[in-house]
Amino acid sequence: MSEGMLIASYIGASILFILSLGGLSHQETAQRGNLYGVIGMALAILVTILSDQVSAYGLLLTMVITGLVIGKWLASRVEMTQMPELIAVLHSFVGMAAVLVGLSSSLSGAEFASHAEKIIHEVEIFLGIFIGGVTFTGSIVAFGKLRGSISSTPLTLPGRHLLNLSLIISSFILGVFFISASPETALILLLIMTVLSFILGFHLVMAIGGADMPVVISMLNSYSGWAAAATGFMLSNDLLIIVGALVGSSGAILSYIMCRAMNRSFVSVILGGFGAKKVSSTSTDEAPKEHIVIHAEEVADILAHADSVIIVPGYGMAVAQAQNTVSEITRYLKDKGVTVRFGIHPVAGRLPGHMNVLLAEARVPYDIVLEMDELNDDFPETDVVLVIGANDTVNPAAAEDEGSPIYGMPVLEVWKATTTVVLKRSMATGYAGVDNPLFYKENTRMLFGDANDTMSAVMTALKSN
Amino acid sequence: MKIGIPKEIHPGERRVAATPASIKKLQKLGFEVVVETQAGQAATFVDDSYRQAGADIAPDAASVWSQADIIFKVRAPEFNTELNLDECDLIKADQTLISFMQAAQNDDLLKKLASKNCNVLAIDSVPRISRSQKMDALSSMANIAGYRAITEAANVFGRFFTGQITAAGRVPPAKVMVIGAGVAGLSAIGTATSMGAIVRAFDTRPEVAEQIESLGAEFLMLDFEEDGTGEGGYAKVMSKEFIDAEMALFRAQAAEVDIIVTTALIPGRPAPKLILADMVELMKEGSVIVDLAAENGGNCELTEPGQAVVKHGVTIIGYTDLPSRLATQSSNLYANNLVHLMSDLCKSSEFNIDMDDVVIRGTTVVHKGEVTFPAPPLAPPPAPKPVTKVVEDEIDEGPKKINLPLFIISTLVLLGIGFSAPASFLPHFTVFVLACFVGYQVVWSVTPSLHTPLMSVTNAISGIIIIGAMAQISGPIDSPITILSAIAVLIASINIGGGFAVTQRMLRMFRK
Repeated sequence: MSEGMLIASYIGASILFILSLGGLSHQETAQRGNLYGVIGMALAILVTILSDQVSAYGLLLTMVITGLVIGKWLASRVEMTQMPELIAVLHSFVGMAAVLVGLSSSLSGAEFASHAEKIIHEVEIFLGIFIGGVTFTGSIVAFGKLRGSISSTPLTLPGRHLLNLSLIISSFILGVFFISASPETALILLLIMTVLSFILGFHLVMAIGGADMPVVISMLNSYSGWAAAATGFMLSNDLLIIVGALVGSSGAILSYIMCRAMNRSFVSVILGGFGAKKVSSTSTDEAPKEHIVIHAEEVADILAHADSVIIVPGYGMAVAQAQNTVSEITRYLKDKGVTVRFGIHPVAGRLPGHMNVLLAEARVPYDIVLEMDELNDDFPETDVVLVIGANDTVNPAAAEDEGSPIYGMPVLEVWKATTTVVLKRSMATGYAGVDNPLFYKENTRMLFGDANDTMSAVMTALKSN
Repeated sequence: MKIGIPKEIHPGERRVAATPASIKKLQKLGFEVVVETQAGQAATFVDDSYRQAGADIAPDAASVWSQADIIFKVRAPEFNTELNLDECDLIKADQTLISFMQAAQNDDLLKKLASKNCNVLAIDSVPRISRSQKMDALSSMANIAGYRAITEAANVFGRFFTGQITAAGRVPPAKVMVIGAGVAGLSAIGTATSMGAIVRAFDTRPEVAEQIESLGAEFLMLDFEEDGTGEGGYAKVMSKEFIDAEMALFRAQAAEVDIIVTTALIPGRPAPKLILADMVELMKEGSVIVDLAAENGGNCELTEPGQAVVKHGVTIIGYTDLPSRLATQSSNLYANNLVHLMSDLCKSSEFNIDMDDVVIRGTTVVHKGEVTFPAPPLAPPPAPKPVTKVVEDEIDEGPKKINLPLFIISTLVLLGIGFSAPASFLPHFTVFVLACFVGYQVVWSVTPSLHTPLMSVTNAISGIIIIGAMAQISGPIDSPITILSAIAVLIASINIGGGFAVTQRMLRMFRK
């Protein structure tokens, strides 16, 4: 196939990818968007196989088909609650691929017209591997934290910022040597740098706690894009550059949205350790605080007599796998003529949009699942709010207590409803370690226990009424 | 342990201290319950429904008192001449009695009970702090009394409450004045406004104005500076000048309104006389006064406690048993108050009268045979914090200032690249920058509910890195370049397959 045809096909693939992302902006067009992506990818792979560069068809096809089958198998058996883990592990694959492509590109030692071009090429290799390496180990750690095989509390080593900084600086110095080194030393320098980037990725994500995972995942998503873009520069391949830039900016935007939802700067999340700036809360001087416990039957009773209900799910719902029971209750109440809606905080869960996926899996119609901004003004007219396993995202201190570490974070104003029922396992504080005055409000009732068990009990009580 | 529910013996008392629903909750706390037969009859709770809830039914009061460790009652123990039954004689040592007690007025009763070496918890002595609201029976009864006051008034009042224009002619709305906006007053206001009446309310505590207005009533302002807020949220005694101004206001209102509900009480004193005989004379024929303070002497001079009388053409209702007249509702709420109290008493997993707990200390009037009333005063609540106004978030739209440093840096970077980079690099760079902007524009409009599918699809398409690996795979099979590239192709394919497949799976789940 001619070079011209190849480039023309790549342009076609790029357009399909852009359409794919554009299609995902709305529910109605999302499936079509995904289809565009698949076609674009198939086109890109096909024309590359047909191009003059490729001759090892047997090996290539074996690898591609094996990979696709494994991927498909993974995708078909993953639980929706495990989505964050799957995404994290897929990120690590992109990172690893970028490292491998960079290494082999360096080994192949292409010829260059000018010295400047060679330098640029080497910088590109170096950057590609560096970003790929950070993405790889970072995603592996994120995967471990999401699975629970690594503790989700932030690892705060003394001098951790210095450690990160020195890793970056040493990589930079290695890079300077690498550009002017002979091929043999160059390889060694490259390998050392790869190891350093692995350590950096590992340590960066170790220092970030569980509830900041939405930011971490979208940041890693962004990194995997930049790694692909760097590889594109390295190989002078515009398709890779375009896709890398698309993915990179998409991840960056998601990270930005997540950070804004927590009222924290990107830098402070990445540097990790929420507990670092513990501010003594000013609300400790008040009279002894008491929460009011409620039982499942009473919850069923107030739900049955409500006109409007808002359900605010959080990570606790995912942990307890309560989404199906919640959905059952929703359907029951809707049939009885109760207005039921869901309020989703942008950082609820461990992945951007995590709650939406869980609720969709449980067959909750998406038009009653609303964003924080869409229904925050409706709480005063709401009879009952069910808070299921959410804590920091419904903390009134964020709006009212200037001394609170989370002051200024936009939260769902559930306390304005007539009655707020909080489902929780115990009175423990949330991820941010901040006490939640919501639990002690006069119109708040606490329903303790595993969310799935208590919701099932509520459902039973509703039916028996 | 066993909780006993005897039938109330006070003449006309229809309430009962436990309902079938509350018994279930008590059983959850680990108690057995025995109910005297017919105990809930007057409140429409029949013996069978108690039995179904798991309670034992005892044939008479004596057997309830003798087998229970804890007795729930509504009224304080008393002597009923008709039945020839004195509840104080039935109580036994180490038994715990929980009921209304009016401890301040019932000194002799307390001493008598103490001599029996028992414990007495007076539900009307629960300290008024926010965490004890769930067991504040005075409030729950006052709420009912306020509601009932309006329905009693409506019953004898000869007109509609709401104004109507009908084919037969215009009906003017009833005008209601409520004096004292405590729990009962607010409840009366809410009931009257919901029936369509024009409601005005007066209270010596200016801070309740907002609550009155929130219920749709008008707050009657007195042009006089004095704050009537006393201890524990109750009103205090006001100065002579204030009372004169108040009387003038009531006199003016009496001539105008159709219904007056008075709820003014000052703890430990006889009810203040607010509606004098001459004001009653000023009222229109057929008007109604409901005096909720009748038990403490009444706010109206002409009130006869326990009776409804007509004087100067005005019906004056002085019933002292309004909650009992709504026995099902009041039994329900009272029983719930008791359940909350029991769950506090069982905090340490078993029943324990913890005298270090301020709420339980305040409620306990006789402990192990000693009178422990009155409880030491509570520490004053901390001064309320000034309300901090939440600053409205800046609105995202509208013209924004250009970020000058960023602008300068990007210009310099671009100039630097243009100056030093070889020509072959620049087309790629152009593509890169433009693609970043396209990505920004496209992704920014994605709805948050699709963030996860967006991530998995971008993940799949970042598997495009496979093309880089494919370009290098065609060397000798044993060269490291080929091996590395082959691995890269494999894992990138996993990414592509997995990413697209899982996105598809997720998107199929989203449904309207």
